[in-house]
Amino acid sequence: MTKLTIEDLKRIKEEVRSSTLLREGGFRAKITIHMGTCGIAAGARKLMSAVLKEIEERKTQDVMVTTSGCAGLCSREPMATVEIQGKPPVKYCDLNEEKIKEIFLHHAIQGEIVEAYALARGSETTY
Amino acid sequence: MEDLSLHIIDIVENAIAAKARRIEVSVVEEPGEDRLTIEIKDDGFGMDEEVRQRAVDPFFTTRTSRRVGLGLSLLAQAAREAGGKLEIDSRPGDGTKVKVTFQYGHIDRKPMGSMAETMTMLFLGNPDVDFHYTHVKGERSYTLKSEWMREKFHDQASVAPDAIQWLKKHLQEGLAGIGVKG
Repeated sequence: MTKLTIEDLKRIKEEVRSSTLLREGGFRAKITIHMGTCGIAAGARKLMSAVLKEIEERKTQDVMVTTSGCAGLCSREPMATVEIQGKPPVKYCDLNEEKIKEIFLHHAIQGEIVEAYALARGSETTY
Repeated sequence: MEDLSLHIIDIVENAIAAKARRIEVSVVEEPGEDRLTIEIKDDGFGMDEEVRQRAVDPFFTTRTSRRVGLGLSLLAQAAREAGGKLEIDSRPGDGTKVKVTFQYGHIDRKPMGSMAETMTMLFLGNPDVDFHYTHVKGERSYTLKSEWMREKFHDQASVAPDAIQWLKKHLQEGLAGIGVKG
Protein backbone atom coordinates (compact mmCIF):
# COMPACT_ATOMS: atom_id res chain seq x y z
CA MET A 1 0.00 0.00 0.00
CA THR A 2 1.37 3.43 -0.94
CA LYS A 3 1.85 6.01 1.78
CA LEU A 4 -0.54 8.94 2.00
CA THR A 5 1.20 12.26 1.38
CA ILE A 6 0.26 15.68 2.76
CA GLU A 7 -1.12 16.50 -0.73
CA ASP A 8 -3.36 13.42 -0.61
CA LEU A 9 -4.72 14.46 2.77
CA LYS A 10 -5.37 17.99 1.52
CA ARG A 11 -7.21 16.60 -1.51
CA ILE A 12 -9.33 14.28 0.65
CA LYS A 13 -10.15 17.18 2.97
CA GLU A 14 -11.26 19.30 0.00
CA GLU A 15 -13.37 16.47 -1.44
CA VAL A 16 -15.12 15.77 1.87
CA ARG A 17 -15.74 19.47 2.46
CA SER A 18 -17.21 19.92 -1.03
CA SER A 19 -19.55 16.95 -0.74
CA THR A 20 -20.69 17.98 2.76
CA LEU A 21 -21.53 21.48 1.57
CA LEU A 22 -23.46 20.06 -1.36
CA ARG A 23 -25.42 17.68 0.84
CA GLU A 24 -26.40 20.61 2.99
CA GLY A 25 -27.52 22.49 -0.11
CA GLY A 26 -24.86 25.10 0.48
CA PHE A 27 -21.89 26.39 -1.41
CA ARG A 28 -18.47 27.61 -0.46
CA ALA A 29 -18.26 30.50 -2.92
CA LYS A 30 -20.86 32.44 -4.86
CA ILE A 31 -20.19 34.45 -8.00
CA THR A 32 -22.84 36.92 -9.09
CA ILE A 33 -22.53 38.36 -12.58
CA HIS A 34 -24.33 41.69 -13.00
CA MET A 35 -26.75 41.29 -15.89
CA GLY A 36 -28.51 44.60 -16.24
CA THR A 37 -28.90 46.08 -19.74
CA CYS A 38 -25.61 47.92 -19.15
CA GLY A 39 -23.78 44.77 -18.04
CA ILE A 40 -25.07 42.68 -20.95
CA ALA A 41 -24.13 45.36 -23.48
CA ALA A 42 -20.65 45.58 -21.93
CA GLY A 43 -20.02 41.82 -22.24
CA ALA A 44 -21.36 40.18 -19.05
CA ARG A 45 -22.40 37.01 -20.90
CA LYS A 46 -18.75 36.37 -21.80
CA LEU A 47 -17.88 36.48 -18.08
CA MET A 48 -20.63 34.01 -17.26
CA SER A 49 -19.51 31.64 -20.02
CA ALA A 50 -15.89 31.91 -18.86
CA VAL A 51 -16.86 31.05 -15.25
CA LEU A 52 -18.99 28.09 -16.37
CA LYS A 53 -16.08 26.86 -18.51
CA GLU A 54 -13.70 27.04 -15.55
CA ILE A 55 -16.17 25.08 -13.36
CA GLU A 56 -16.59 22.49 -16.10
CA GLU A 57 -12.86 22.08 -16.74
CA ARG A 58 -11.71 22.13 -13.12
CA LYS A 59 -14.65 19.94 -12.04
CA THR A 60 -15.42 22.44 -9.28
CA GLN A 61 -18.32 21.28 -7.11
CA ASP A 62 -18.84 24.01 -4.53
CA VAL A 63 -19.11 27.30 -6.43
CA MET A 64 -22.52 28.79 -7.12
CA VAL A 65 -23.01 31.10 -10.09
CA THR A 66 -25.95 33.42 -10.45
CA THR A 67 -26.96 36.73 -12.05
CA SER A 68 -28.31 40.01 -10.72
CA GLY A 69 -29.55 43.28 -12.16
CA CYS A 70 -27.78 46.59 -12.56
CA ALA A 71 -25.78 47.56 -9.48
CA GLY A 72 -26.02 51.27 -10.31
CA LEU A 73 -22.51 51.74 -11.67
CA CYS A 74 -23.17 51.27 -15.39
CA SER A 75 -19.92 52.91 -16.49
CA ARG A 76 -17.83 50.30 -14.65
CA GLU A 77 -19.52 47.25 -16.20
CA PRO A 78 -19.03 44.37 -16.70
CA MET A 79 -19.05 43.70 -12.98
CA ALA A 80 -19.19 40.66 -10.72
CA THR A 81 -19.49 40.06 -6.99
CA VAL A 82 -17.63 37.23 -5.27
CA GLU A 83 -18.71 35.99 -1.89
CA ILE A 84 -16.91 33.37 0.19
CA GLN A 85 -19.09 31.91 2.95
CA GLY A 86 -18.67 33.85 6.14
CA LYS A 87 -16.76 36.70 4.51
CA PRO A 88 -17.94 40.06 3.11
CA PRO A 89 -18.73 40.13 -0.62
CA VAL A 90 -16.26 41.82 -2.96
CA LYS A 91 -17.33 43.68 -6.09
CA TYR A 92 -15.10 43.64 -9.14
CA CYS A 93 -15.44 46.09 -12.04
CA ASP A 94 -14.22 46.74 -15.60
CA LEU A 95 -13.87 43.00 -16.13
CA ASN A 96 -13.11 40.83 -19.11
CA GLU A 97 -12.73 37.07 -19.64
CA GLU A 98 -9.08 37.02 -18.56
CA LYS A 99 -9.74 38.99 -15.37
CA ILE A 100 -12.71 36.85 -14.31
CA LYS A 101 -10.66 33.68 -14.83
CA GLU A 102 -7.99 35.11 -12.55
CA ILE A 103 -10.63 36.08 -9.98
CA PHE A 104 -12.19 32.62 -10.19
CA LEU A 105 -8.87 30.93 -9.47
CA HIS A 106 -7.52 33.28 -6.81
CA HIS A 107 -10.68 34.40 -5.01
CA ALA A 108 -13.39 31.77 -5.56
CA ILE A 109 -11.03 28.78 -5.32
CA GLN A 110 -8.12 29.97 -3.17
CA GLY A 111 -9.95 32.62 -1.16
CA GLU A 112 -7.58 35.51 -1.90
CA ILE A 113 -9.11 38.79 -3.02
CA VAL A 114 -7.72 40.13 -6.32
CA GLU A 115 -7.33 43.69 -5.14
CA ALA A 116 -6.21 45.05 -8.51
CA TYR A 117 -9.71 44.56 -9.96
CA ALA A 118 -11.81 45.11 -6.84
CA LEU A 119 -14.12 48.10 -6.61
CA ALA A 120 -15.01 47.91 -2.94
CA ARG A 121 -15.74 45.53 -0.15
CA GLY A 122 -19.21 45.52 1.30
CA SER A 123 -22.66 44.18 0.79
CA GLU A 124 -24.65 44.03 -2.41
CA THR A 125 -27.27 46.73 -2.72
CA THR A 126 -30.49 45.81 -4.42
CA TYR A 127 -32.20 48.87 -5.82
CA MET B 1 -26.45 45.15 -27.93
CA GLU B 2 -24.61 43.23 -30.60
CA ASP B 3 -27.18 40.55 -31.28
CA LEU B 4 -30.69 39.33 -30.47
CA SER B 5 -29.57 36.58 -28.10
CA LEU B 6 -28.21 39.33 -25.80
CA HIS B 7 -31.53 41.21 -25.95
CA ILE B 8 -33.24 37.96 -24.90
CA ILE B 9 -31.10 37.78 -21.72
CA ASP B 10 -32.09 41.37 -20.98
CA ILE B 11 -35.84 40.76 -21.29
CA VAL B 12 -35.60 37.49 -19.30
CA GLU B 13 -33.75 39.39 -16.55
CA ASN B 14 -36.76 41.76 -16.42
CA ALA B 15 -39.02 38.74 -15.91
CA ILE B 16 -36.76 37.44 -13.14
CA ALA B 17 -36.82 40.87 -11.49
CA ALA B 18 -40.65 40.62 -11.63
CA LYS B 19 -40.34 37.38 -9.56
CA ALA B 20 -41.41 35.06 -12.39
CA ARG B 21 -41.32 31.33 -11.58
CA ARG B 22 -41.98 30.18 -15.13
CA ILE B 23 -40.53 31.80 -18.25
CA GLU B 24 -41.24 30.72 -21.81
CA VAL B 25 -38.78 31.78 -24.50
CA SER B 26 -39.82 31.13 -28.06
CA VAL B 27 -37.89 31.96 -31.22
CA VAL B 28 -39.59 31.31 -34.55
CA GLU B 29 -37.51 31.76 -37.69
CA GLU B 30 -39.58 31.75 -40.89
CA PRO B 31 -37.21 32.65 -43.73
CA GLY B 32 -39.91 31.68 -46.28
CA GLU B 33 -42.31 34.23 -44.80
CA ASP B 34 -39.49 36.74 -44.24
CA ARG B 35 -40.38 36.82 -40.55
CA LEU B 36 -38.57 36.32 -37.25
CA THR B 37 -40.61 36.29 -34.06
CA ILE B 38 -39.29 36.26 -30.50
CA GLU B 39 -41.69 35.83 -27.60
CA ILE B 40 -40.87 35.94 -23.89
CA LYS B 41 -43.73 35.11 -21.58
CA ASP B 42 -43.53 35.14 -17.79
CA ASP B 43 -45.78 34.70 -14.77
CA GLY B 44 -44.29 37.58 -12.80
CA PHE B 45 -45.90 40.68 -11.30
CA GLY B 46 -47.08 42.10 -14.60
CA MET B 47 -47.63 45.80 -15.28
CA ASP B 48 -50.61 48.08 -15.14
CA GLU B 49 -51.76 49.88 -18.30
CA GLU B 50 -49.85 53.09 -17.60
CA VAL B 51 -46.53 51.32 -17.00
CA ARG B 52 -47.12 49.03 -19.99
CA GLN B 53 -47.64 51.98 -22.32
CA ARG B 54 -44.53 53.75 -21.10
CA ALA B 55 -42.30 50.68 -20.84
CA VAL B 56 -40.55 51.27 -24.18
CA ASP B 57 -39.85 54.93 -23.38
CA PRO B 58 -36.11 55.14 -22.60
CA PHE B 59 -36.76 57.93 -20.13
CA PHE B 60 -39.19 55.83 -18.12
CA THR B 61 -38.22 53.27 -15.51
CA THR B 62 -39.79 51.84 -12.38
CA ARG B 63 -36.40 52.02 -10.66
CA THR B 64 -35.68 54.77 -8.24
CA SER B 65 -31.90 54.54 -8.61
CA ARG B 66 -31.76 56.26 -12.00
CA ARG B 67 -34.00 57.87 -14.58
CA VAL B 68 -33.42 55.79 -17.69
CA GLY B 69 -34.64 52.30 -18.60
CA LEU B 70 -33.12 51.07 -21.82
CA GLY B 71 -33.79 47.32 -22.06
CA LEU B 72 -37.17 47.30 -23.80
CA SER B 73 -36.54 50.54 -25.70
CA LEU B 74 -33.35 49.17 -27.28
CA LEU B 75 -35.16 46.03 -28.38
CA ALA B 76 -38.09 48.06 -29.74
CA GLN B 77 -35.60 50.17 -31.70
CA ALA B 78 -33.86 47.05 -33.07
CA ALA B 79 -37.26 45.76 -34.24
CA ARG B 80 -38.27 49.08 -35.82
CA GLU B 81 -34.98 49.29 -37.69
CA ALA B 82 -35.64 45.87 -39.20
CA GLY B 83 -39.21 46.43 -40.35
CA GLY B 84 -40.77 44.91 -37.24
CA LYS B 85 -42.30 45.93 -33.94
CA LEU B 86 -42.42 45.18 -30.23
CA GLU B 87 -45.67 44.48 -28.43
CA ILE B 88 -46.25 44.06 -24.72
CA ASP B 89 -49.23 42.30 -23.24
CA SER B 90 -49.38 42.55 -19.48
CA ARG B 91 -51.71 42.78 -16.53
CA PRO B 92 -50.88 43.12 -12.83
CA GLY B 93 -50.73 39.64 -11.30
CA ASP B 94 -51.00 37.93 -14.69
CA GLY B 95 -47.44 38.21 -15.91
CA THR B 96 -46.09 39.76 -19.07
CA LYS B 97 -45.68 38.72 -22.69
CA VAL B 98 -43.19 40.55 -24.86
CA LYS B 99 -43.50 39.80 -28.57
CA VAL B 100 -40.99 41.16 -31.08
CA THR B 101 -41.09 40.70 -34.82
CA PHE B 102 -38.47 41.43 -37.47
CA GLN B 103 -38.26 41.14 -41.22
CA TYR B 104 -36.06 38.06 -41.42
CA GLY B 105 -33.97 39.19 -44.38
CA HIS B 106 -33.89 42.91 -43.56
CA ILE B 107 -30.38 44.28 -44.02
CA ASP B 108 -30.52 45.97 -40.61
CA ARG B 109 -31.88 42.95 -38.73
CA LYS B 110 -29.42 42.10 -35.98
CA PRO B 111 -27.97 38.58 -36.11
CA MET B 112 -29.44 35.97 -33.76
CA GLY B 113 -26.16 35.44 -31.91
CA SER B 114 -25.49 32.43 -29.71
CA MET B 115 -28.74 31.08 -28.30
CA ALA B 116 -26.77 28.15 -26.84
CA GLU B 117 -24.69 30.55 -24.74
CA THR B 118 -27.74 32.60 -23.75
CA MET B 119 -29.83 29.63 -22.67
CA THR B 120 -26.92 27.90 -20.90
CA MET B 121 -26.40 30.90 -18.65
CA LEU B 122 -30.09 31.53 -18.08
CA PHE B 123 -30.78 27.89 -17.10
CA LEU B 124 -27.71 27.54 -14.86
CA GLY B 125 -27.86 31.01 -13.32
CA ASN B 126 -31.52 30.65 -12.32
CA PRO B 127 -32.08 27.11 -11.04
CA ASP B 128 -35.34 28.10 -9.32
CA VAL B 129 -36.98 29.32 -12.51
CA ASP B 130 -38.89 26.94 -14.75
CA PHE B 131 -37.66 27.68 -18.27
CA HIS B 132 -39.34 26.45 -21.40
CA TYR B 133 -37.33 27.22 -24.54
CA THR B 134 -38.59 26.50 -28.03
CA HIS B 135 -36.75 27.35 -31.23
CA VAL B 136 -38.38 26.82 -34.59
CA LYS B 137 -36.69 27.16 -37.94
CA GLY B 138 -38.81 26.48 -40.98
CA GLU B 139 -40.38 23.06 -40.45
CA ARG B 140 -38.09 21.91 -37.64
CA SER B 141 -38.18 22.70 -33.95
CA TYR B 142 -36.12 22.20 -30.80
CA THR B 143 -37.29 22.34 -27.18
CA LEU B 144 -35.49 22.40 -23.84
CA LYS B 145 -37.14 22.56 -20.43
CA SER B 146 -35.67 23.12 -16.96
CA GLU B 147 -37.60 20.11 -15.68
CA TRP B 148 -35.61 17.79 -17.96
CA MET B 149 -32.38 19.05 -16.47
CA ARG B 150 -33.79 18.75 -12.95
CA GLU B 151 -34.88 15.15 -13.57
CA LYS B 152 -31.39 14.26 -14.70
CA PHE B 153 -29.43 16.12 -12.04
CA HIS B 154 -31.96 16.20 -9.19
CA ASP B 155 -29.53 15.56 -6.40
CA GLN B 156 -26.79 17.90 -7.58
CA ALA B 157 -26.16 21.60 -7.54
CA SER B 158 -27.23 23.14 -10.83
CA VAL B 159 -23.73 24.43 -11.47
CA ALA B 160 -22.24 20.93 -11.25
CA PRO B 161 -19.67 20.36 -14.02
CA ASP B 162 -21.59 17.45 -15.55
CA ALA B 163 -24.82 19.51 -15.66
CA ILE B 164 -22.98 22.27 -17.57
CA GLN B 165 -21.59 19.70 -19.98
CA TRP B 166 -24.99 18.06 -20.54
CA LEU B 167 -26.76 21.37 -21.08
CA LYS B 168 -24.18 22.73 -23.54
CA LYS B 169 -24.26 19.51 -25.55
CA HIS B 170 -28.07 19.38 -25.60
CA LEU B 171 -28.31 22.96 -26.86
CA GLN B 172 -25.50 22.75 -29.39
CA GLU B 173 -26.67 19.47 -30.90
CA GLY B 174 -30.37 20.39 -30.72
CA LEU B 175 -29.90 23.76 -32.40
CA ALA B 176 -27.55 22.32 -35.03
CA GLY B 177 -30.24 19.70 -35.72
CA ILE B 178 -32.71 22.38 -36.79
CA GLY B 179 -30.11 24.32 -38.77
CA VAL B 180 -29.43 27.06 -36.20
CA LYS B 181 -25.83 28.00 -35.48
CA GLY B 182 -25.49 27.62 -31.69
